[in-house]
This record gives sequence, structure tokens and C-alpha cells, in this order.
Amino acid sequence: MTAATDELTTPLGQAPRSAPRAVRRFSAGRTVRYALLLLFLVVVLVPVYVLLVTSFKGPGDASPARAWNLPQVWTWDNWTTAWTTLSPALVRTFEMVIPAALISSLLGSMNGFVLARWRFRGADVVFTLILFGMFIPYQAVMIPLLQLMLGAGVPSGVPSLIILHVVYGLPITTLIFRNYYMSVPEELIEASRVDGAGMLRTYASVVLPLSVPSFVVVLIWQFTSAWNDFLFAVFFSSSQNGPVTLALNNLANGALLTNYGVSMAGALLASLPTLLVYVLLGKYFIGGLMSGSVKG
Amino acid sequence: MPRQLRRWGPPLLLISPSLVLLAVFVYGLLGLNARTSMQDMHTSAQTTGRAPVAFVGLQNFWDLLGSADFQHSLRNLVLYTVVFLAGTMFFGFLWAWLLDRPVRFEGLYRSIYLFPMAVSFVASGVVWRWLLNSNQGESASGLNRLFQLVGLPFLQNNWWNNVNWGIAAIAIPAIWQLSGYVMALFLAGFRGIPEELREAARVDGANEWQLYRHVIFPQLSPVALSAVIIVGHMSLKAFDLIMSISKPANYQTKVPAIDMYVLKSSFDYSNAAAVGVVLLVIVAVLIVPYLVYTHRTESRR
Repeated sequence: MTAATDELTTPLGQAPRSAPRAVRRFSAGRTVRYALLLLFLVVVLVPVYVLLVTSFKGPGDASPARAWNLPQVWTWDNWTTAWTTLSPALVRTFEMVIPAALISSLLGSMNGFVLARWRFRGADVVFTLILFGMFIPYQAVMIPLLQLMLGAGVPSGVPSLIILHVVYGLPITTLIFRNYYMSVPEELIEASRVDGAGMLRTYASVVLPLSVPSFVVVLIWQFTSAWNDFLFAVFFSSSQNGPVTLALNNLANGALLTNYGVSMAGALLASLPTLLVYVLLGKYFIGGLMSGSVKG
Repeated sequence: MPRQLRRWGPPLLLISPSLVLLAVFVYGLLGLNARTSMQDMHTSAQTTGRAPVAFVGLQNFWDLLGSADFQHSLRNLVLYTVVFLAGTMFFGFLWAWLLDRPVRFEGLYRSIYLFPMAVSFVASGVVWRWLLNSNQGESASGLNRLFQLVGLPFLQNNWWNNVNWGIAAIAIPAIWQLSGYVMALFLAGFRGIPEELREAARVDGANEWQLYRHVIFPQLSPVALSAVIIVGHMSLKAFDLIMSISKPANYQTKVPAIDMYVLKSSFDYSNAAAVGVVLLVIVAVLIVPYLVYTHRTESRR
């Protein structure tokens, strides 16, 4: 955890250490600040407590009076049930998310390079039109999209979802790469051009190797958003071929009245991959958040 | 000609696949959707071409906007957006402000405040459905039980099971998930303010409040605008959380995106498309000025 949290500090910068630093003695302001920080920490973690504790409870803890208590008997039963139900969907989600993230990142990098380096009249208009694709409510394309995918014979489930996450991921991946390539020194590109390399060669041999950090950011961003997607999953897959969000929702509906423990264990299972990415690669995760919002 | 090709060929080769895809999947489909929204495709037979479809102009929109049912959804959407925005901006700013000055274990606080962002709405819906359970008294669990345990039983309420205000309860988990994001935005904003600027203001004799009023807030306003746009447009698309917490069949918490799903499920494609158009217009009113604005500021630099 500490490694990840140290990493996290880089993109947001550090508090100014040299600034007139509050004297280290007791002060009311400092105490209030720490008290508030701790209070919010606890509040944010309440759902995590509930998820963990409930997921280990057995039928003996079903009484609402024991809702916030620790389990009387800790049991893995909910976890095994959730795993049996969700594991096929988990596998499918990986099969969907990995190609989707890779393809949309590569295309985004190509677009970003062209839009950052190739000035033509109307380039900004093209860029704005691409960006707008990021903001449209997908409800406004869903009906013809259903007809299109059906008409084109794309099977529902993983194949449909890969296409959709690639296409609708393009605006954000293009944005992140474009902003990154704007910051690559012009001289590097020039030098390669002087050496006689064309645009494609320059892209492949100079720009792509420079883009590794952006690729990490974009891949994580795409992985997380495709993993957590529910809207496309509902419209373009079923419980037999859908991703884990859909399977979890069905599990939670089914187990609702009888056993909350199973759905809580399921929610944790379904969140583990993205949480792991967040803990291990938090710096890049935040990098994605920032580049997706603060325009550079 | 070969020179033209050498100049235009390679960039077009790189960018055209994406341009074609977006032209079809975004703008082409928006057009087709607008067309469907002006037809009378309300039955399953019509969606498969077994029955004829006619053009009806804006009829679906008048019907939709005139129905008490859809007005309820729009009202819910506004309420949800207001609560969601107010909550995330409040906590996001407060957390960033608390963390701006040197704090021990700053990284830890930050990572924990931000982590819900990595979780899907569906997964968080599972636990929030439990927390927002409307049972009270003896059978209370979730937050209502917690209120009893900490001696605040009068805070118990029926959360999302309230016809008029239930949607505001659904905004609570949304605030939980997105406040950390707004915090990260504001924190980056705070850190982007040059120390000299604060120093200069202090030298000029500004007190803390004046420092914020005249130096810090103006510097943060672009960040605040980004945050409002991002959270606002997420909130207009609200779907996952409602599907997961209160289920689509619940009148009290429905919003246009839920209506669209329900209409599609009953093969009323034209009305579903019309709901999509309404959402698009609402989002466009919010986003287009923003895109134009950032576009202008960018070209000015």
C-alpha cells in the first residue's frame, strides 16, 4: 500500500514543503484538520466494512439486529457460491476488456499523433467533433446501434462489446494521446524528418517508443471503464454471454431476499481486478483522470 | 499529385479508420436515431419489419413531454443532478482544501478518498442497496440501524422509497464514488497556484479570506468548471446505480435513461429513441458551450 501511495503523490505534486510551515507545536487548526480527515476516512470506508463483514457471515447472522456486528462464525461459503456463479463471467470480461483496451489505445495514439503534429485547416474542428463523441449520452444512439449490430450479424456478448468499447473509447484515448504528443519536443520529430523518415516511420520509430507512459495511462483508463461498464452490457449481452457487471447484477437480484452475503462477496470479486490496478498503478490511474479532464 | 499524396497520405492513413468509425457510430447513428424518434415504431412487429412504419413528425416528443410520467423522470433527473453536483463539489473541495497544506500520510488519505472511483456502480450498488434499506425500528438494517446504534434514531428514513425525494438518496452513493475525483481535480488546481502569488497577496496585506476571495478562487475556477461539466454529464446519464439499487420498475427513482431501457424492452423503439434525443439535447446544452469555450481558450494560447 505504501508503495502505491507514494506513487500517487507524483502527478498531483507535493504540498509546498519550503512554504512557511505551520510550527510543529499544538494548534487548534491542525487538530481540527486531522480530526476531519480521519472522520471522512472512516465515512468513506463504511461501505467497505459492510462488504467485507457481510461477505463472511453465515445464515446465523441474518437478524437485522446483528447487521453491523462482526460475524459470529466466519465462513467462506458466500465466497465460494459467488465464485462459482461469477467465474465464467469474469473470464469473459477479461476476454472482452483486454482486446478492447489494446485496440482503442493504438488507434487513439495514431489519431493523437496526427492531430497534434499535422496542422491542416479544420484540424481543431475535427478534434472537437471527435471529443463530442465522449460526451454523447449513449441512449441517443442505442436503438439504431442495436439494429446496426443485429443487421451486421455481430454476435451479442464479447464480440459486440469489444467493438463498442473500442469505438466509444476513441474520443478519450485520442484526447489523452494528443495532449501528450503536443508536449513532445518538436526537435525530436524534426530530427527524424531530416534523417529522411516519413511520417509513418517517424511515428513507428520515434513517437511510439516515447509513448509508453501514455499507453499505460490509457490502457488502465480503458481497462477500468470497460470493466465497470453496465449500460452496453445490458443492451448487448445476456447472462449467458455477458460481462461480470451483468452477472453480478443478476446474482444480486436473485440473492436479494435470501442472502446478502453472496452478493457482497460477488461485488468484491467483481471489483478486485480494477481495485488491484488502482492499488498497484495508482499513479497512472490518476494520470488518466487528470488528462481526461484538465485540458492541456 | 504524388506530392499531394505524400503530404496527405500518411496522416490520413493513420486517422481515417477512427474517423470513419466515429462518423458512423456517433454522427450516423445520432441521425438514424433522430429519424426513428419521428416515426411510429411502437410495436415489436414494426421493429422487425413485419408491419409498416410511418413518419409522425414531433408527435412522440409532444406525447412524451406532456406525460406526467416522463415529467416525473425529468424532475428526478434535475433533483439527482443538483444533489450529486452539490455533494461532490462540497466534499471534493473540502478534502482538497484539507489536504493542500502539508499533512502527514497525505498519500494515504488521498488514495482512500479516491478509491471508490475504481469500483463499478453496479458493485457499489450492491452494498448501498443494503445501506439504504428502508426498514425502520426493529427490522432496520443498514444506515437506519446504524443511526439507532449511535443514538440518532430520528434520522431514520425510507431513503429511495420516497416518491418525491427518493432519487436524492440514490445520489448518495454517487457522491461517495465521485467526490474523490473532484478532490483530485481541485488538489491539482491548488498545487498549480504559484506560491509567489500567495506570497504577493500576503505581502500586500491580504487576510486569509481576501487571499481566497481574490487569488485562490479565481485561479480554481477553470478546475471547478471542468468538475461541474464532468460530474454534470455523468449525472445526466445516470443509469447503472438506479438499475442496481432500486431496479428499473420503480417509479420513485426513474430517470430518462431508465425510461429508455424500459421502452426499448417493450419494443417501443420510437419513444425510446425520442428519450435519447431529449437526453442528447440536455447534454448538448451543457457541453457544446464548454467545448467551444475551451477551444477558444486553447487557440488563444
